[in-house]
Amino acid sequence: MTVMPAEGLFSLMWLLIALPLAGAAILLFTGRRSNAWGPYLGVFTVCASAVLGVLLLIQMMGLPTEERTITQVAYQWVFIGNFSVDLAFQLDQLSMVFILLITIVGSLIHIYSLGYMAHDPDKRKFFGYLNLFVAAMLLLVMANNYLLLYVGWEGVGVASYLLIGFWQYKRSAATAAKKAFIINRVGDVGLSLAIMLMFVTFGSVTFSDVFGSATQASEGTLTAIGLLLLLAAAGKSAQFPLQAWLLDAMEGPTPVSALIHAATMVTAGVYLIARSNVIYNNAEIAAMAVIIVALITIFMGAIIGSAKDDIKKALAGSTMSQIGYMMLAVGLGPIGYVFAIFHLLTHGVFKAGLFLGAGSVMHGMNDNVNMRRYGALRSVMVITFITFMAGYLAIIGIPPFSGFWSKDEIIHAAFERGWFIGGAAVLAAGITGFYMTRMVAMTFFGKKRWETDAHPHESPAVMTIPLIILGLGSTFLGMALLFWGDIEGWLEPVVGYESEPTPLPTSAYIGITLAFVIAGSIIGWITYARREVPIEAPQGNWLTRAARKDLYGDAVNYALVVAPTNYAARALVWFDSRIVDGCVNGSAAIVGGLSGRMRRTQSGFIRSYALSMVGGAVLVLLALVLVRI
Amino acid sequence: MNTFTAPEIDYVAITPILIVAIAALLSVLTETFLPRSVRRPVQLMLTFISLTGALVVLLINRDIRIITGGGAVAIDGPALVLMGTILVLSLLSAFLVAERSLDSLGDSFAPSAAALPGSVDEREYSARGYFQTEIWTLFLFAVLGMLAFVVANDLLIMFVALEVMSLPLYLMVGMARRRRLLSQEAALKYFVLGAFSSAFFIFGAGLVYGFAGSISLPKIHDALASTAGETLLIVIGMAMLLVGLLFKVGAVPFHQWTPDVYQGAPTPITAFMGATVKVAAFGAMMRLLYVAFSGIQWDWEIILWVVSILSMIIGSLIALTQSDIKRMLAYSAIAQSGFILVGVVAASPSGISAVMFYLIAYGLVTVGTLAVISMVRDSTGEATHLSKWAGLGKKSPVLGAVMAIFMLSLAGIPLTSGFVIKFSVFAAGIASGDTWLVIAAVVASIIAAFFYVRVIVVMFFSPPNENTASVAVPSIFTTITVAATVTATMVLGIIPQPMIDLLTNAGIFIR
Repeated sequence: MTVMPAEGLFSLMWLLIALPLAGAAILLFTGRRSNAWGPYLGVFTVCASAVLGVLLLIQMMGLPTEERTITQVAYQWVFIGNFSVDLAFQLDQLSMVFILLITIVGSLIHIYSLGYMAHDPDKRKFFGYLNLFVAAMLLLVMANNYLLLYVGWEGVGVASYLLIGFWQYKRSAATAAKKAFIINRVGDVGLSLAIMLMFVTFGSVTFSDVFGSATQASEGTLTAIGLLLLLAAAGKSAQFPLQAWLLDAMEGPTPVSALIHAATMVTAGVYLIARSNVIYNNAEIAAMAVIIVALITIFMGAIIGSAKDDIKKALAGSTMSQIGYMMLAVGLGPIGYVFAIFHLLTHGVFKAGLFLGAGSVMHGMNDNVNMRRYGALRSVMVITFITFMAGYLAIIGIPPFSGFWSKDEIIHAAFERGWFIGGAAVLAAGITGFYMTRMVAMTFFGKKRWETDAHPHESPAVMTIPLIILGLGSTFLGMALLFWGDIEGWLEPVVGYESEPTPLPTSAYIGITLAFVIAGSIIGWITYARREVPIEAPQGNWLTRAARKDLYGDAVNYALVVAPTNYAARALVWFDSRIVDGCVNGSAAIVGGLSGRMRRTQSGFIRSYALSMVGGAVLVLLALVLVRI
Repeated sequence: MNTFTAPEIDYVAITPILIVAIAALLSVLTETFLPRSVRRPVQLMLTFISLTGALVVLLINRDIRIITGGGAVAIDGPALVLMGTILVLSLLSAFLVAERSLDSLGDSFAPSAAALPGSVDEREYSARGYFQTEIWTLFLFAVLGMLAFVVANDLLIMFVALEVMSLPLYLMVGMARRRRLLSQEAALKYFVLGAFSSAFFIFGAGLVYGFAGSISLPKIHDALASTAGETLLIVIGMAMLLVGLLFKVGAVPFHQWTPDVYQGAPTPITAFMGATVKVAAFGAMMRLLYVAFSGIQWDWEIILWVVSILSMIIGSLIALTQSDIKRMLAYSAIAQSGFILVGVVAASPSGISAVMFYLIAYGLVTVGTLAVISMVRDSTGEATHLSKWAGLGKKSPVLGAVMAIFMLSLAGIPLTSGFVIKFSVFAAGIASGDTWLVIAAVVASIIAAFFYVRVIVVMFFSPPNENTASVAVPSIFTTITVAATVTATMVLGIIPQPMIDLLTNAGIFIR
């Protein structure tokens, strides 16, 4: 693979990041003054980036395949001894699709937010943070080395923290923001250790150097790097065992949930592993670990999504589960990478649509998120309903909606690896059908269970237009990418692609999957549309109760991490206050005492000052003379 | 009969000095002949135009490297840098001197410095709203002396420059409008001790002349190089010259005037002398040691080693228990002199550029810090007691943040200029093999960090009380100085490389 320098239109690629970054800077530094025009500026910068992204795509499509990796060095960033890292961007087929996802879905969500946040007193701050997020996310996917990727990685973490806690006067929001940040730090440690290990092993952290010499490293080292990267990915993408923050993150405004916690940021882990494919291809144990983590998360997310009454949390569970599919695909290796990215793109669009649809419903229902108080909304919110249905059909994988194509490819690839992994993927697809049908039934069908003061209405055009665009995307994007865009051929030069034979013909797997999905949907329909939905949640069986508590994720975290940390902290405080402070205060007391004593030499009498000068001079001279003798 | 041949003088090279000299003389005429009402504008114009003009000419002259005036004046890279530094710092301090909005009574200076403190005359002058403008004449002469000090290439010119610099300063110190007794006491102490140190200097010059038969620095060097025998006479002479210079920079054990003078002087004058005198004296010291006395380097290194350690440790230690912020800054200035001496002892090109960088950055922070102090006031004038700064950062966050940046810079925290300059003098020290000196310096900086950070703690983490001072609204003058110094402190801390390159290219002292 040759790396081309950035020329022509490509020399403008830094603008992709610079535009939203400048937007964030202006919005955050001008303060309240920009409340009136700030949101429009925020929308403009992201839309401009999106237009530039599309132009770059067209330009790239005109290039021969082997010349599609383009780098641009902004400046030498770190140089310590032999170690140097450039602030350099790499544009290739993989980062290109991410750029388009981030900027186009980002633009739609920015526009939607104009309506959703119209009455918020701090809306320019909101748009500033959103711009910051877009810039950081673009940096993450455009970096040409792991250290710069890490900057973007931390940047999206900060933006996510700021946005989850955007309504920080709500205690739950502030706590959720902190929780997300802290759990993410655990993953970040993995990434930083992986970077250090790469530097020690390869002497460089740029993608081309690391991947170029990866085969020379021992398998043990590569496995360690792979597992550390998996830890990082699990933190950012809410995979087991670092999944607990994503459900609480729904405290943020709904556009944030759509952009950051569904479409883009949470998929950064998938990007990281797909980008590091060379490492995983040579480290079988690490790849296996990815598959295990993915399978656990697929089911956890699906079960949690089946039990939650909060529409956003149910969607969050489904996000976990769907990202689990992508992780599964990247864990499968070259037979899965391209489909992971494919599913990531379709999911980014239909999940953003579902979240924005949920936001539209909440907008009409006084921000109530409890689906038990919804029902029969299909006639009041026609556009929201239709677009939501497009997203629904896409996520459960009904042909020809976009999710079908991508999820089906992943399930097929899973069967190429073995019947157990494939079977698990199919079963989870069935559960997806159940919980999504439950959500749709409780929200749009059945009887009205509205609160007395709720007057549901359709949202304004600034919100419905993005919904319509995303709804169209949910319907057609899968076919477009597969048949017209040749997604496999497009990504293959970066992540590799191969196919293995399976015992049954492809159509058989499609049939099995659809059967499971439809069965799940019918169970969901019977339970939640045909029967009365009680306003008070019934007690439910043990699995439901566990799922409502996020499968005891918090309890496990508390027992394994929080409680021991508290004990350790108390022990350290004791050690610090008794032993360390004792030493420090002791020496401080000695120094202070010395100071007080010396101060007395400053008597204020000019004669003693002069005397000390003479004394000093005499000592100097005596010393010089004595030294000579 | 001896024939007197006039020395060749390169007037272009010394134009910056001439501009300030002419301005100073015009300033005397202004005081003598112009009516009181127009003196202030004329003096302001004279000062600002001459300082700016000198700076511009200096920039045009930046490539001149010449010894002129019959060997008495050396214009070389370091001299140009030091002159530029003195001019910039003087300009920034001049803004503080010109400030009239902070004090309800007008500026910082006594309407008639000759009136007895507390006398009827004094009250009457004050009541009539008199202002004095002689301060500008003194100011310009002091700047002139400093400029001449750093280019002086023989001992006599050096001594004359030293006195031209010092005499106006003694007077200016005694001119505070408020707390006049304190101010006059400080001035008297400074004068007596200063005269004492000048005596050391001139006596040392005599001994050196006795050895070398010349007062020209290069010739002293040649005499040392050609003498194989006993050098005790010149070593003693050198040590006494050093005493005179170490007094000016406030190094231990010649430091005791510093706290009294810093506290007693009007704050704009404290800023002016605190920043510029160090530049001038260290500049002259380096020229003296590197040009004339490089042959007896071993002897002066020992002196400076000991003085440096004493200054750093004693300055930092005593500063710990100070409760008056100006006194604390005085002890900090003593300690900082010790840090600068680490670079002087290194006696290498990197040491020279490190010292010059230190002088620039430290001078800017000093002017800025004292500008901030001049804005913090209560009913009796400036509130310099630390207890009155409690919670100030909460009352006026901008001022608190600016002061915090200055304190962090003085403490040597990264991303401020203070880190870069400490790092470069320490690096120069280590490169020259003075590892133990650098270790002592690091220990001293740890102690010093405590009292700088304490100011931040008092400002931001103590609740404001009824004694907390208020912040006076300054005019454009003080605002310019504060903005310029805080910007420079941050910029030099974040992107120091251009300045380091500039100073490295300035080269060494020519002989």
